[in-house]
Amino acid sequence: MNTLNNNTDFLLSIENLTVSFDGFKAVNDLNLYIDENEIHVIIGPNGAGKTTVLDLICGRTRATDGSIKFRNKELTAMREHEIVREGVGRKFQNPSIYEDLTVFENLELSFPRGRTVFGALTFQRDEEVRSRVREIAEMVFLDTLLDMQAALLSHGQKQWLEIGMLLIQDPELLMLDEPVAGMSVSERKQTAKLLNEITKGRSVMVVEHDMKFVEDIAHRVTVLHQGKILSEGSMAKVQADPKVIDVYLGH
Amino acid sequence: MTNLKSFMSRQEMLGLLVVAAVLFVVMPLAMDIFRLNLFGKYLTYAFVAIGLVLCWGKGGILSLGQGVFFGLGGYCMAMYLKLEASTPEATAIQSTPGIPDFMDWNQITALPWFWQPFNSLTFTIVAIIAVPALFAFIIGTAMFKRRVGGVYFAIITQAIAAILTILIIGQQGYTGGVNGITDLRTLKGWDIRTDEAKYILYYVNGGLLIAVLLLSQIVLKSKLGRLLVAVRDQEDRVRFSGYDVSNIKIFVFCFAAVLSAIGGAMFTLQVGFMSPSFVGIVPSIEMVIFCAVGGRLSIFGAVYGTLLVNWAKTTFSETFPELWLFGLGALFIAVVLVFPNGLSGLYRSYLAPIVDRFIVPKGRKAEPDKSTPAAPFGADTTAKPAE
Amino acid sequence: MFADYTWTELGSIFAMQGFAGLILFSVFVLMALGLAIIFGQMGVINMAHGEFMILGAYVTYLCSNFVEAYAPSFFGVYFFFAMILAFVAAGSLGALVEWSLIRHLYKRPLDTLLATWGLSLILQQAYRSIFGAREVGVTLPNWLLGSVPLTDIIEIPINGIFVMVLTFFIAIGVYFILFRSRMGMQTRAVVQNRVMAGAVGINTEKVDRHTFALGCGIAGIAGSAFTMIGSTGPTAGQLYIVDTFLIVVFGGAASLLGTIASSFAISQAQSTMEFFLSGSMAKVLTLLTVVGILMLRPQGLFSLKIRR
Repeated sequence: MNTLNNNTDFLLSIENLTVSFDGFKAVNDLNLYIDENEIHVIIGPNGAGKTTVLDLICGRTRATDGSIKFRNKELTAMREHEIVREGVGRKFQNPSIYEDLTVFENLELSFPRGRTVFGALTFQRDEEVRSRVREIAEMVFLDTLLDMQAALLSHGQKQWLEIGMLLIQDPELLMLDEPVAGMSVSERKQTAKLLNEITKGRSVMVVEHDMKFVEDIAHRVTVLHQGKILSEGSMAKVQADPKVIDVYLGH
Repeated sequence: MTNLKSFMSRQEMLGLLVVAAVLFVVMPLAMDIFRLNLFGKYLTYAFVAIGLVLCWGKGGILSLGQGVFFGLGGYCMAMYLKLEASTPEATAIQSTPGIPDFMDWNQITALPWFWQPFNSLTFTIVAIIAVPALFAFIIGTAMFKRRVGGVYFAIITQAIAAILTILIIGQQGYTGGVNGITDLRTLKGWDIRTDEAKYILYYVNGGLLIAVLLLSQIVLKSKLGRLLVAVRDQEDRVRFSGYDVSNIKIFVFCFAAVLSAIGGAMFTLQVGFMSPSFVGIVPSIEMVIFCAVGGRLSIFGAVYGTLLVNWAKTTFSETFPELWLFGLGALFIAVVLVFPNGLSGLYRSYLAPIVDRFIVPKGRKAEPDKSTPAAPFGADTTAKPAE
Repeated sequence: MFADYTWTELGSIFAMQGFAGLILFSVFVLMALGLAIIFGQMGVINMAHGEFMILGAYVTYLCSNFVEAYAPSFFGVYFFFAMILAFVAAGSLGALVEWSLIRHLYKRPLDTLLATWGLSLILQQAYRSIFGAREVGVTLPNWLLGSVPLTDIIEIPINGIFVMVLTFFIAIGVYFILFRSRMGMQTRAVVQNRVMAGAVGINTEKVDRHTFALGCGIAGIAGSAFTMIGSTGPTAGQLYIVDTFLIVVFGGAASLLGTIASSFAISQAQSTMEFFLSGSMAKVLTLLTVVGILMLRPQGLFSLKIRR
């Protein structure tokens, strides 16, 4: 470990991260570390800054202060697509897929090749692409729907498709914003299974409200409140923390 | 392109063949050279409309300044032709022989520096492509890198069209002012005003249009074509899939600009002059309506849309000049409110199923074209002939 | 370009051009206020805004002719009635247009642009058919003519002062309607969250219609003011539409203060440069500067940092 550069063994280390919107500090002096192969869930009441943290990591929002290091590489100055190319994938709260394209095309566009203008012009749909798309489609339960227009999928299937689009990028850190929102009970179970499966070889950060789901998947839980960490640890430890109970039940 | 089938569906192939047949066979047989020349003039606008299909229909970037690029291409061509027409012998009566007549009228005594290179045809041809491309690249980079898009982009491109028009009209000593650059005669000694030359230019224009259609088809059928649609619908998702969205937008904006410029250059050659009335706000937004009438998502529809609107404009403004503006205004509203899919949408709904029965072999279902996205309002395919 | 003038002459030139610029500023502000409401608050691109202004100008023209012919004794004050009528006429047309056209297009801003452009063509041709292609002028009452001498060289025209005072009051009125009244609060609520606003009992359709009509009505008043400094023709409105949109965007679309500041900057720049350069070059330079600044600062001069 090279202490001179504040480098760590963590996959992602967030230190002293602050962002303010016209004086309002949505994230305030936050320190957060993500291990390799960890499913780390962030919970917290509305407005706690959960989504903002994900936005900061993936470059959608610029930090006012602090550092975000991914494999000891500073992300705060990088542009979004560069961060993605480093190996950070991000799923949005509302399923954000290309509704006018087919499931196959949705996955194909996320395949990490031909990402420049010229590369996209000369991109060939070869056997490698086809088999990879089929493989991922099978993982996210969409292998029979490859030729369907994405707009016709159910809400839960759209969420899976977006997860699939991230998986095909093969990111080392996967960030999911409320992946089971709007899903049926059986879909939630399938998603939990999916998450446990895809975490092999990568870390996953999840923002979620559904406590049952969090219990099913989380290795470690961070509770955010007003842009700061309120509590951190296993689900059981966090649930027993009086500060957490106060925030959730106190008002 | 690995094979033809993935490059063009049968419908699209039919569309291209029909366009080619109309351009090269039907129209030359049906029209005298005066009408054919007029038709050729309309076709030069189709280049702009095809560019707008890629830029606006597919990519969601509405440029209200396509007249700028049409004009840049046209002016580059006109400058070359004007210099050729302004030999010292031909302009011997001027106080400064050897410079274009309008410069002489404005007491300019030497050819300005930016006119000098246009003595060379090679330079001119390069400039017709490079000048608009560079200009579009600068605008595109400045705007798209800063995430300016949608409405703001439309307003700013419109302002640029206004600025360029005022500039051309104001600097008449250098540009020919409001009359434009007129009285163009020969290209390398070949008289472009004879009937024979007009026929040849018409066919060159038609050939270029087919080439541009094929080129656009290549772009649309590549992954870039699907990325354009993706950028239009979910820009953030594309960005977070590792693409630099601004580069994609800059590319398609430049591509559309170059197409417009080719149209402009062919306009100058066929019509024999270029003026600011093809550059400004009004012509630029009319070019958008050509594309919209065609259905904004179909490159073939754009050709027919251009022809239909221009044919209507000529017919109505000759016979009922008062009605034409009402008609054009109503067309703008109707194409937005009543049939946003334009001609290609009508074709898709009513004619395509019938045509499919004839061109798809028996026993095979007309499979949906997988590599082409379905349009937000319906259709992406060939359009029915407008006339 | 300054070398040929003495300092006093330069001072007077700037003062007079500055004042001429203030009248342009007033018309810009009135035009832009209406557009800032429609574009800034509702997100609708109204390319026919100039034609709404010209409607106000024609209404003023009709009033002046009518009063001159049938009630000459009221001629001194007809202008105030004309302004009210111009507001009502443009506002009513605005409400009609919102009902028949705009309300179908709230989710497609680029399409409103095309549809309202079509509307502007129709209105232009309608004006041409009704009033003729020739430009018409309005006879001003005597008390608006003449000017106040300030120094030996500098004179200030009274109609200019009148237009400015008028603009001042209208700007304050718009501010109160948008930011201090219930209607303004509802408008902003609808803009920010249509579904939620509907859910808490705001009649979103009514709010949309009133807001659009208000913006168009103010354009009508701008038309009244316009008759004092320019002549009215079917296409006169189109000449202002690009400038007005640039002003609104330049000022930061949702900011009234920004709209006023950018109207001021643009009108003054243009008016001052006009004296030294040709009119067209002054306009080119002004617009180029604005476009250049917008490329560097696309959010406009006045804007808030918001949390996404």
